[in-house]
Amino acid sequence: MDRSRNASLTSDETTAGPGVTVSIAVEARNAVKAFGQGEAAVRALDDVSVQIRQGEFFTLLGPSGCGKTTLLRLIAGFETPTSGQILLDGKDITADPPNRRPVNTVFQSYALFPHLTVAQNVGFGLQMQGRPRAEVADRAAKMLTLVRLDHLAQRKTSQLSGGQQQRVALARALAPQPKVLLLDEPLSALDLKLRKEMQIELKRLQHETGITFVFVTHDQEEALTMSDRIGVMSAGKILQVGSPRDIYTRPANRFVASFIGETNFLPGFYAHGQVALAGGHVPVAAGTKEGSTVTLAVRPEQVRLVAADAPGSLPATVRDLVYFGTDTHCHMALSDGSEVVARLQSSVSGEAGLEPGARVGLVFTEGAAQVLED
Amino acid sequence: MPSPQDRARVRNGWLLSAPALVLLAMAAAGPLLVVLVYSFLEAGQYGGVEWAFSTDAWFGILFSKDIFTDETMLADAHLAIFWRSVKLSLLTTLITFAVGFPTAWFIATRAPRARAMWLFLITIPFWTNLLIRTFAINEVIRNEGILNSLLLWAGVISAPIQIIYTDTAVLIGMAYVYLPLMVLPLFAAIDRFDMKLLEAAYDLYASRLQVLRRVILPIVKPGIVAGSILVFVPSLGAYVTPRVLGGGKNMMIGNFIELQFGQGRNWPLGAALSMLLLVIVMVALLAYVRAANKGAGHGH
Ligand SMILES: Nc1ncnc2c1ncn2[C@@H]1O[C@H](COP(=O)(O)OP(=O)(O)O)[C@@H](O)[C@H]1O
Ligand SMILES: [Mg+2]
Repeated sequence: MDRSRNASLTSDETTAGPGVTVSIAVEARNAVKAFGQGEAAVRALDDVSVQIRQGEFFTLLGPSGCGKTTLLRLIAGFETPTSGQILLDGKDITADPPNRRPVNTVFQSYALFPHLTVAQNVGFGLQMQGRPRAEVADRAAKMLTLVRLDHLAQRKTSQLSGGQQQRVALARALAPQPKVLLLDEPLSALDLKLRKEMQIELKRLQHETGITFVFVTHDQEEALTMSDRIGVMSAGKILQVGSPRDIYTRPANRFVASFIGETNFLPGFYAHGQVALAGGHVPVAAGTKEGSTVTLAVRPEQVRLVAADAPGSLPATVRDLVYFGTDTHCHMALSDGSEVVARLQSSVSGEAGLEPGARVGLVFTEGAAQVLED
Repeated sequence: MPSPQDRARVRNGWLLSAPALVLLAMAAAGPLLVVLVYSFLEAGQYGGVEWAFSTDAWFGILFSKDIFTDETMLADAHLAIFWRSVKLSLLTTLITFAVGFPTAWFIATRAPRARAMWLFLITIPFWTNLLIRTFAINEVIRNEGILNSLLLWAGVISAPIQIIYTDTAVLIGMAYVYLPLMVLPLFAAIDRFDMKLLEAAYDLYASRLQVLRRVILPIVKPGIVAGSILVFVPSLGAYVTPRVLGGGKNMMIGNFIELQFGQGRNWPLGAALSMLLLVIVMVALLAYVRAANKGAGHGH
């Protein structure tokens, strides 16, 4: 990998900051996948382009049916794109069958071979690659140690618990040392406690093996806590790619803002570096077209309550208080009736003596309010 | 570990099934016993048996006495019949597997509704009398039959091909008759097969042939074993099909046994042959099942 400052940006490299180049492990270029013919065709993927970096934990996040599995299956080779390309290490692999791609998959249903032992399952890929028997056994044992199942090597897979089967599936997919590991909602079948454990386990495995992980989930919290970068998908498109912090604090559009975390959406009008709302103005970063109607997105934790007539605040009336333990959600209405939720620390809101009907002023944390064009 | 209650339940189960067991004993074990006893008696002059102990019948399976010189020699005709029976039965099993596996796979991968229709079509011949089905095959392959007429008409051949009254005819007939017995257990096994495993194997660098050999076949093996047994066993004892399609010359064990009870007027020999057939089937089954289990290997 050429990290020199002067390295030209070839197609499989991109900038990750000034002067640093990162190589791209896998890339989809204008990938389209349509199922069915003519009128009845479903565009599961609609012109998707995305670059996944070498060694990163990349998550595809989106609601059910948005095309996440389809994108993974294109990368794995189980489906061929209707148009567009899949590149691995800059090489076009669109026409390669799955057994010729150094990419492995962890299936949601695990898909372990019931006629083989745990160790044989893990060694299967290497065996099919024609590696010597001793190497296969040796690597299978190492992988089982890595996922902490070495004591179950000779079991049949049907004798394992769900969490253990999950680990076998991971070890089996990692054993041939693929360039990219694809994981399709691997944790969704596990109960909450086990899921939290496996999240940590997955991060550890990714760290220890250095393999690029492409992880699919519809759980935004899972995506935020685990990923280096997230691609948010909806209706066959990738709407935004960025770090969890990027996506959370600077959602590109209303869908991303509403899908990840909770958000207040307030209709307004942009002019001269501020957005006019019911009862006041909110200064925002420049860059929006003068005189356009916009939506202002503000996270509940970025809304603060001040005295009713404090300068620069928006007048609001408290509607309801919902207690969540450490936090209390304060539901309020602006003068035009649009609803705003503030997340307050329960200790603070208790002292403030808030109650439904109280008149308050709202201010947003500086720079927190995002302008979404309609 | 079975609890005392479990054991009590098992015991009561036995009691409840006692009537069935008695019936089974009379219907299955009784006749077998008769056959066994007959095989150790002397042949009656005009059929039937003389009530005198004799091992002639068992001896007669393998050896025959020259009528003129009284010399004992190996009965090669008998051996040929045994060999042909085993050979044709094995071939029938292979053919039904070769045809039945893709068929079963095809059916199991259809949508549920289409699947029911295909299964129905496969089993239709079963509801027709065996003799009629066999004569239908006869009608197709005999010298003036449909197949030869078509080929002659198309100019592919200039004289009818002799298929009827050959081993090939018997094979065609048995494969046709026993095909459903292969397809149904294969279908049941393939139906239970998790198709995701194909993708998993293919993803893990297996070629298509390796997917078949390393994943599909081992997993559907119980279906293969069941289908093979269901085809091989009745093939070995087949009577109607070799009689109608094989003619008089191409006898199988079943026809040979029938001969002893009819024209041959040697009931003890027929009885001994029947017992031998039973033993061959048992031994073959045991060996086969044991080999199949060993292949599965590594199991606990
Ligand atoms: N084999 C297929 N045939 C027809 N439609 C499909 C097929 N696979 C997926 N789809 C459709 O494509 C869309 C995306 O599906 P999928 O990629 O599975 O979504 P996700 O994994 O995000 O839930 C859905 O509308 C789904 O119904
Ligand atoms: Mg999916």
